[in-house]
Amino acid sequence: MKHLILTASLLALGAGAAAAQDVVRMGTEGAYPPYNFINDNGEVDGFERDLGDEICMRAELTCEWVTNDWDSIIPNLTSGNYDTIIAGMSITEEREEVVDFTQPYIPPASSLFVAMAEEFTLEGAVIAAQTNTIQAGYIAESGATLIEFATPDETVAAVRNGEADAVFADGDYLIPIAAEDDSLMIVGEPVQLGGGVGMALREGDERVAAFDAAITSMKEDGTLNALILEWFGDEAATW
Amino acid sequence: MFEFCTDPSTLDTIPWLGCYLTNGAHLLFYRSFLVVFALLALTAPTALAFGFAAAAASRSHIAPLAWLGKLYTAMVRGVPDIVFFLFFVLVLDQGIEYLRHQIVCPDWTEDIRQGANFLVCPEARTPSGNAPQWVHKTYGFALAVFTYAIVFGAFCGNVLFGAMRAVPRPQLETAEAYGMSRRQVFWRVLVPQMWVYALPGLSNIWMILIKATPLLFLLGIQDIVYWARELGGSRTSAYQYPHPDWRFWYFLGLLIFYLAFTKLSEVALARLSARLSRGQATAAGEEMRKAAI
Repeated sequence: MKHLILTASLLALGAGAAAAQDVVRMGTEGAYPPYNFINDNGEVDGFERDLGDEICMRAELTCEWVTNDWDSIIPNLTSGNYDTIIAGMSITEEREEVVDFTQPYIPPASSLFVAMAEEFTLEGAVIAAQTNTIQAGYIAESGATLIEFATPDETVAAVRNGEADAVFADGDYLIPIAAEDDSLMIVGEPVQLGGGVGMALREGDERVAAFDAAITSMKEDGTLNALILEWFGDEAATW
Repeated sequence: MFEFCTDPSTLDTIPWLGCYLTNGAHLLFYRSFLVVFALLALTAPTALAFGFAAAAASRSHIAPLAWLGKLYTAMVRGVPDIVFFLFFVLVLDQGIEYLRHQIVCPDWTEDIRQGANFLVCPEARTPSGNAPQWVHKTYGFALAVFTYAIVFGAFCGNVLFGAMRAVPRPQLETAEAYGMSRRQVFWRVLVPQMWVYALPGLSNIWMILIKATPLLFLLGIQDIVYWARELGGSRTSAYQYPHPDWRFWYFLGLLIFYLAFTKLSEVALARLSARLSRGQATAAGEEMRKAAI
């Protein structure tokens, strides 16, 4: 009898493992509102949460959300700690060499400078940017002094406490912050960087096609544009 | 959590704080304290076991075993904790995957090391790539416990080795004179008496272990430091509870938590020390004997 119960429970465990076979783990940063953030209930929320859930539904995949620090987000994808990166990651040639991107789901957007004072010249300024972002790469080649931080929040904090003259990041991230803090303002000219934001998968992962098809169908029926407007405001670039 | 929390922007400071401190993210923060306690509860006995094994091995008359015990304590004690934590977890993780790779897919032709990547065949991934997230989290936590146990086991080993030597030699000689074997002397006379000598050293290690728990954060485990940083960061109105940079207050909270926890441990260890000193031929035991007269 005891053996029977044990076998039965082992079988049940096995069945549970089999049912969990097709879990696709969606890796995101969880610190970059409104793209992705941990909301007040401790869950992953934001534009990419809504988008990812919709894509998974259309591609008929079971998805789970995983958060990972930005600076190790690509190595942890390639080593298999999760299966996709959906974290406001711009498509660039350097990243294409190590991961496979889907088609972009956000059109190329502009990056902005935010500072405490109106007068601003990039030459000779100290600029805060997040490590391993296209913005950090741009500043490094611009002649300004770059200071890098692990999280987006720290880049803004560096401007508030005077450590940096300005922060350089995606406009969609900085606009709400500048709007709500009277001491911060958008300065200088917007810069166009990157080839749009897409999902990243390990090289050779065949699920790229399924995600691409889901994104195409969302572009065609207008749900993607509606999501972009909902999360990034009426002036956001759409498809 | 409370009914009046549905629209926090209309609340006064006190009820707002009440709602804020009981929202879902904060409940996760409070639960992460359990992660710290679980780590301590699992690591302390494991480290003690490792230490005991190392100390016993170091005393062994079989030379290779003694070398092994001494090498382990010397090596781990000599490497900075943080280096060990970053390095060993990686080695353990990749070592397990490499071994499974050799067993499961012997026909694999591609290189495992490709630049910065470590790519084994999908069947050898540990835990399996398509396992749910909780399996990955548990695996990560288990690796962390094992690493902590290795590091603190080495310190325990050194303390226990010293404690074993501190047991008065005549005690052991008497036991031998009664005809006990080496094994019997060790288990019946040496081990029961060594604890009182080991306790000051062990309690020190316990304190250091408590203070080392924030290193969990380095291993990517969502512990109290992770949540303090996460919740303390400034929040725009994309969140229900917008606030400026409050990391100062969260880290202050952690500081108070650790101070209170170590103080509590100190009191408990002082009591344990008094209990173990009773009837012992040590300075503390002698003092107790005189006070009782």
